[in-house]
Order: sequence, then structure tokens, then C-alpha cells
Amino acid sequence: MTTESMIEVDGLTKYYGDFPAVSGLTFSVRKGEILGFLGPNGAGKSTTMRVLTGYMPPSSGTARIAGYDIVGDSLKARQHIGYLPENVPLYTEMTIREYLSFMGKIRGMSNERIVSRTNDVIQICHLEDYRDTLIGKLSKGFRQRTGIAQAVLHEPDVLIMDEPTIGIDPIQIVETRQLIKDLGGEHTLIISTHILPEVSMICERVVIIHEGEIVAEDTPKNLGDRLEGTERLTMEVRGPIKEVTKAIRNVKGVQDVSFANGESGSGLYNIIGKREGDMRVDLAKAVVDNGWGLLRMEAVTLSLEEIFLRLTTAEGS
Amino acid sequence: MTTTLAIMKKELVVYFKSPMAYIVAGVFLALTGVFFIDSVDTMFAVAEIRGLLLRSVFFLLPLIPPLLTMRLLAEEQKLGTLELLLTAPVRDYEVVFGKFIASFIILSGTVLLTLFYVLILSIYSNPDLGPIFSGYVGFLLCGGATLSIGLLASSLSGNQLVAAAVGFGVILLFNVIDQITTIVGGAVAKVLEAVSLTGHFDSFARGVIDTGDVVYYLVVMAFFLFLTIRSLESRRWR
Repeated sequence: MTTESMIEVDGLTKYYGDFPAVSGLTFSVRKGEILGFLGPNGAGKSTTMRVLTGYMPPSSGTARIAGYDIVGDSLKARQHIGYLPENVPLYTEMTIREYLSFMGKIRGMSNERIVSRTNDVIQICHLEDYRDTLIGKLSKGFRQRTGIAQAVLHEPDVLIMDEPTIGIDPIQIVETRQLIKDLGGEHTLIISTHILPEVSMICERVVIIHEGEIVAEDTPKNLGDRLEGTERLTMEVRGPIKEVTKAIRNVKGVQDVSFANGESGSGLYNIIGKREGDMRVDLAKAVVDNGWGLLRMEAVTLSLEEIFLRLTTAEGS
Repeated sequence: MTTTLAIMKKELVVYFKSPMAYIVAGVFLALTGVFFIDSVDTMFAVAEIRGLLLRSVFFLLPLIPPLLTMRLLAEEQKLGTLELLLTAPVRDYEVVFGKFIASFIILSGTVLLTLFYVLILSIYSNPDLGPIFSGYVGFLLCGGATLSIGLLASSLSGNQLVAAAVGFGVILLFNVIDQITTIVGGAVAKVLEAVSLTGHFDSFARGVIDTGDVVYYLVVMAFFLFLTIRSLESRRWR
């Protein structure tokens, strides 16, 4: 909590019956920050969002939106939230303009403000040609934009979007991501997704949630850095496979080595280190001292996918 | 208040955009037309609409209100729009009231179309306007009560058909429940008579606005609207 935090979640727990959907979530989001909420299906992302938006109260723990408690000051908190639920529920028998006007009214906006903001968000979301089209007749991508339009209509401090790019075509996904990115800075965003590249593209910080608990929290880059560097290396060496493998294994700090592929004479080796200091110098020395040729050596950066899998599958083991 | 009005207005627009308002009005007028002709085409016909209103309460109020209310909350649950509606700075009761008032306006509008029959009566005869007025007051009160039952049914399920069926069944039960009073007898019979929807309508049709009957309908309305609000809130502890 360095600067002003817009969303503060402390020990948030939600039970469905005896089943804890989320337990003990604690995190905060700074003003203007875009937070990615990452997790496999059923990890508790939607539940957390429903609690934050005041749709369901938490079983225990607290959350504050723009300083207002989501239970005690629910109406005030909700005034500061724009919400895009999963699957973008909309009233299909209304036109975009009618729908936005309705959403503005139930949020207590004045008529003049509704008119001017409706025009603004229609422009921001590129819906100019469809403002008088029935929502039921729109394609999925345009519905998505309509959903985003209603979420930002009242210029909320906090935007909460549940899987905003699911079910739309690749071009629309790119556009939607750009749209979301543009919204950051002005708004504080929480975006849930299980698409990992999306997180590194849009978000400044990631919370990885698994089985209702936070398993990691960092910037996408730091999460990568944490598992990169000397820990995993690929080396291309010219020399007899058996001897090279043996020599590498004997280098201090190497935990495991496996021969990946290669033609006669040179081979690619994957090396996993013990994460204690840099083993690259020793590795190079071992190869050169044996008179083999060191063709290439590089650190392997784990993709978010791999980090995600490690954190969510190998957790505890 | 503005929220309630906004929700009411939205529902009214949807009634007229979907065929529901026209279907309801058509069915209502067709059936009341039959009741009307039947009531004037007798040997000693009286210039009144008492028979028409009594039969409408019995036959039409179990049918029409559930049709009007079945969509109101069931569809929001099915589409998921309820989540957006209830995460806006809106109180649960504002949602329920807005929707209830919209359905009440449609029902009232439909009922007032039957003033046409009163007009015909006054052209050919000289009807007593007192019982007609009290009859309409009673009909609207009873209609409001049935709408509140229908709205509760709609809040219980994401399926409109289920909502309509439950509403229909409950209202019909409330309508016929006093028919077994002679069999059960005693205190139970008194209770059954007291909760019967049709039982309280008789005096309105005769031209008497009894405070007890007015209160009865208002209590039924308040009770079922209260249950509907609680039903919406139940997502919080489910």
C-alpha cells in the first residue's frame, strides 16, 4: 500500500455451504493499476468478483472499494464500480442507446450526463453504427463492447471485468485488449482471465489464484524472472553425448541434465540448476577443458504458462 | 425512487416490444366479452357487470397475472442480467417494486378496457355506477395481490414456464380454497374463508368497499412482495 489504493481486500473468504470457494484472499490494487486475476476454471475468480461487486457478501474478511466497505457501505461502494460479468449479460430486447440510458438511470446519473456519456462511451467502444440496433441482433464482439460501454458509462473509479475476451474472435480480442489497456490509468482495473499471454499484454501486476487461494502475486516480468536465469539453461555442445552429459552433471550446482536432440557431433542439452549462484562459468569451463566445442548457451525464461502450471500443479510437492 | 421508476419504465417498454401486452389484452377482452354477452342475454338481465367481474376474478386472475409476471425476474436470472442489476447501486426492493408496478399498470390498463362494456350498458340502460366503481376497485386490489404471487413465483426460478405454472397453481388454490369449508368445518373453515382471494371480492361486487377486504388484499400484496424481496436477497446466504 504505497500510494492510494482503490481496492483493498483483507482475508476475504467465501463459503458455498461447506465448500470454501475462496479463502483468505488479501491483496490491494493501487489507483490506476491494472491487476490480472489469473487462475484455472473454478479457482474462485468469479466468486471473488461477485463479492467485490456486492452481489454476494463474503463469509468473512473485508473488502473496500474506493474506501467504502462492500458490506457496510454497499451502495456507496457499488457507485464506484463498473462491472462486466462473465458472458456479458445484456437485455436483448433493448437497443444499445436504450440500454445505456437505463444503466445510467439505475446508477442515478442525471439525464444530461447520461446523454453526453452515452455518446462518449459509444465512441470509445466504437459502437457508432449500432447505437440504435437491438442488442439481441449484435454479434458477440459488439455485445462485449456494449458490456464494456455500460461498465465505464458512469466513469467509475474501479472496473471489474470477468473474462472480458472470452468467446470473441481473434481480431476482436486484440481490439478489446487494446480498449481495456486504454482504460487503465483513468480507472483501476481488475481483470480475470485464464489466458496467460493476455495477462502479460494488459496487466501491470498478476495475482495467481488456485483453489481459492493466492499462490503468487507479482508483475508478469518478475514472475518470469523468479524462475529464469541460471536455474534453467540450454547448451549446445559439440562432443560425445555420453561424456558431455557426465561432465555437465559433475559441474557444481547442476541438478539435472537431459539430452534434447542434435546431429552427430553436436547436441542440445537442457540443464536444471539448484538455484545457488551462477553455474554458467563452470559449465563453460568444463566443456572447454575437455576440448569440446561450446556452440551456444542461454538462459531459459519460463513463460507464464509454465509458471502457472508449476504454481498450480506442483504446489506443495 | 428514480431507480424504481427507471426499472418500471424499462419493463413497460419490454411489455409493448414483446407480444405479451397485446396477447394479455386480447385474451382478456375476448373472455370478458363472452362473460358480458352471457350476462346481458338473459330473461331478467340487469344493467350491471357484477357477473363479469366475478367470473373474471375466478377465471382470469389465475391466468393473466402469472403471464405478466413470469418474465420479470425469471428471465433476469436466466440471462444473468440480475447480477448487473443488483451490483448497480440499487436496493433489492427498488427492483421488486419497479417490476411490480409495471405489471400492475399493464393489468390495470387491460381491465380499464372493459369500461367499454359499461359504456354499452349506459347507452341502452341506466346502470348503477356505485357497484361498478367498487367492483373495479376490488378487481384491481385482487389483481395486485395475484401479481405479487406471480412475482414471487418468478423470483424462485430461472425458468419462465415454471414461474407461470407455480403462480397459476398458487393463485388458483387461493381462489378455490373456500370451497371445502363446508366439509372441514369449524375454525379451519373460518381460516380458509379468510384467506380465500375470491371470498373477499364478493362484497366489492355488491357495491360495498369493506375496510377489512381492502386490508386483506393489501396485506396479501405486502406479504408476497416481502417474500419476493427476501427471495432476491437469498442469493446472499445460498
